[in-house]
Amino acid sequence: MGNALKITGLFKSFKSEFLRKNIEILKGISLSVEEGEIFGYLGPNGAGKTTTLKCILGLIFPDKGEIEILGLPYLSLKAKARIGFLPENPYFYDYLTASEFLRFYCQLHQIKKADIEEKTSTLLSLVGLEKSSSLQLRKFSKGMLQRIGLAQALLNEPELVLLDEPLGGLDPLGRKEIRDIIVRLKEEGKTVFLSSHILQDIEMVCDRVAIIVSGQIINQGRLHDLISQKILFTETTISGIKEEELKKYGECVSSYGGRTLIKITDEKKVEKILELVHTKKAKIHSLVPRTESLEDLFVGTVKQE
Amino acid sequence: MKITAIALNTFKEAIRDRILYLLLFFAVVSLIFSRLLAILAVGDRVKIIMDVGLASLSLFGALMAILMGTSLVFKEIDKKTIYTLLSKPIHRYQFLLGKFFGLILTLLVMLFFMSLIFIVIVLLHSGRIEWGMFAALAFIFLELCLITAVAMFFSCISSPILSSVFSLSFYLIGHLSWGLETLINKIKPGFGKTIVQVLYTLIPDLENFNFKTEIVHHLPVPPQVFLYATIYGIMYTLFVLTAAMLVFRKRDFV
Ligand SMILES: Nc1ncnc2c1ncn2[C@@H]1O[C@H](COP(=O)(O)OP(=O)(O)OP(=O)(O)O)[C@@H](O)[C@H]1O
Ligand SMILES: [Mg+2]
Repeated sequence: MGNALKITGLFKSFKSEFLRKNIEILKGISLSVEEGEIFGYLGPNGAGKTTTLKCILGLIFPDKGEIEILGLPYLSLKAKARIGFLPENPYFYDYLTASEFLRFYCQLHQIKKADIEEKTSTLLSLVGLEKSSSLQLRKFSKGMLQRIGLAQALLNEPELVLLDEPLGGLDPLGRKEIRDIIVRLKEEGKTVFLSSHILQDIEMVCDRVAIIVSGQIINQGRLHDLISQKILFTETTISGIKEEELKKYGECVSSYGGRTLIKITDEKKVEKILELVHTKKAKIHSLVPRTESLEDLFVGTVKQE
Repeated sequence: MKITAIALNTFKEAIRDRILYLLLFFAVVSLIFSRLLAILAVGDRVKIIMDVGLASLSLFGALMAILMGTSLVFKEIDKKTIYTLLSKPIHRYQFLLGKFFGLILTLLVMLFFMSLIFIVIVLLHSGRIEWGMFAALAFIFLELCLITAVAMFFSCISSPILSSVFSLSFYLIGHLSWGLETLINKIKPGFGKTIVQVLYTLIPDLENFNFKTEIVHHLPVPPQVFLYATIYGIMYTLFVLTAAMLVFRKRDFV
């Protein structure tokens, strides 16, 4: 399978306003996104995610480096006709209504007049805004703007969708809905590139990730390879057994209202503690095995820097 | 079609601007003022109404062109609406042309309303339509096109306030360029003289589009003069627009 997006050796610096000094923001970014996958671009605030996306879209010009979209030069209109982009904290013409806005962008994609009406209403209902179609965008909430932003990114049925923090500003239900749309895009055979600093979101949907920290990619690959599946420790809450007795099995994290939370690192001791609970007729309130999460990896690599 | 879509959207945006209506209001006030002035004045009253009226149409039209031309492109960058717009399959020059034609359409509509009031006032006073007025109005419009292009050019290289100042100076110097000519002859050679000379060559003589006096006083204008002014205006506008597009092409939107 080919690459939907290929970036090699991307450098970008900005002139600082006061000292006229060059600050290097991107220091040689290289990554490739395969067709049909959901690719997570992960990094802390200020790492350079948005800057990378702006380079890809030709909003700013890199100092050095190459970008290829679907095998085409990235600035060509042919490439742009096949991608969709949702910027972070999207903001649109606030004097237009939702459907006027989508109709306007349809024209930029040269979608046939006859298809525009249908297209706009399908997309509005896809992002759950069908009731707000004649509401001016100035009256939109942050989450609604995010949704209309996603709708405009999908107008041309893009093969590659670039989303900058697509779940930002959404409530839990909204996050789930947008995540579902992203997964559906993948099922339709589209490639999704999404940036985020929220790990759970990426963890749930992405096939591969690249981690960027202060302008450099420090890790890249399949999620399963970056994260070991090994159980690190098990956390369990038990009541009815004295804390002193439980201490033999693991570390007591907290104890409140007769319930004790202990962290057990040895898997064999987990079995033992279960037997003890059984014989003493005590009670287990929770038992959670913890594997390494993206969060751990993330914190680990960021700290190393 | 893409340019048209952007132009129509720009028109929709511009037509909502309150400043536009404020200027329109002042234009109407000064038209009415010209009528009052005529009552007090001795001599040909229609001439005074037409003279003052055309001058205020030109001035307020230019102010509209400058205010909108310097703010609309900037707004698009400032509010980041340009991010999604330029990620669509359009060239940057198409964006700029769309903005330009959108503004031109707005100015055309504004000029139409101002002219309507102006013509009605003249008609009420003189009882006849002066056909020459339409030629004068057409050249005011041509001048507005040029000023819009200049305002957009400045807004591509500087902030709205600076570019308004630049464009306003362009407008004023453009109308006083005969003054510059006398100035060149008066001042001693040196740095100052060079600057004035450069300004004189670079800034077009906007008086070329001013047919007020000729038309108000029914002086004959040879057709070549009209033709020359038309070509001059169009060429200069195209030149400035091209310069704006060249600057815009390589710009970072941050
Ligand atoms: N125009 C600019 N001039 C100077 N510095 C800039 C400019 N734009 C961005 N930066 C700097 O570049 C760095 C990366 O910014 P960027 O917006 O790409 O971060 P990000 O990874 O998207 O962060 P976030 O998660 O907060 O969105 C930041 O330190 C920012 O201050
Ligand atoms: Mg960002």
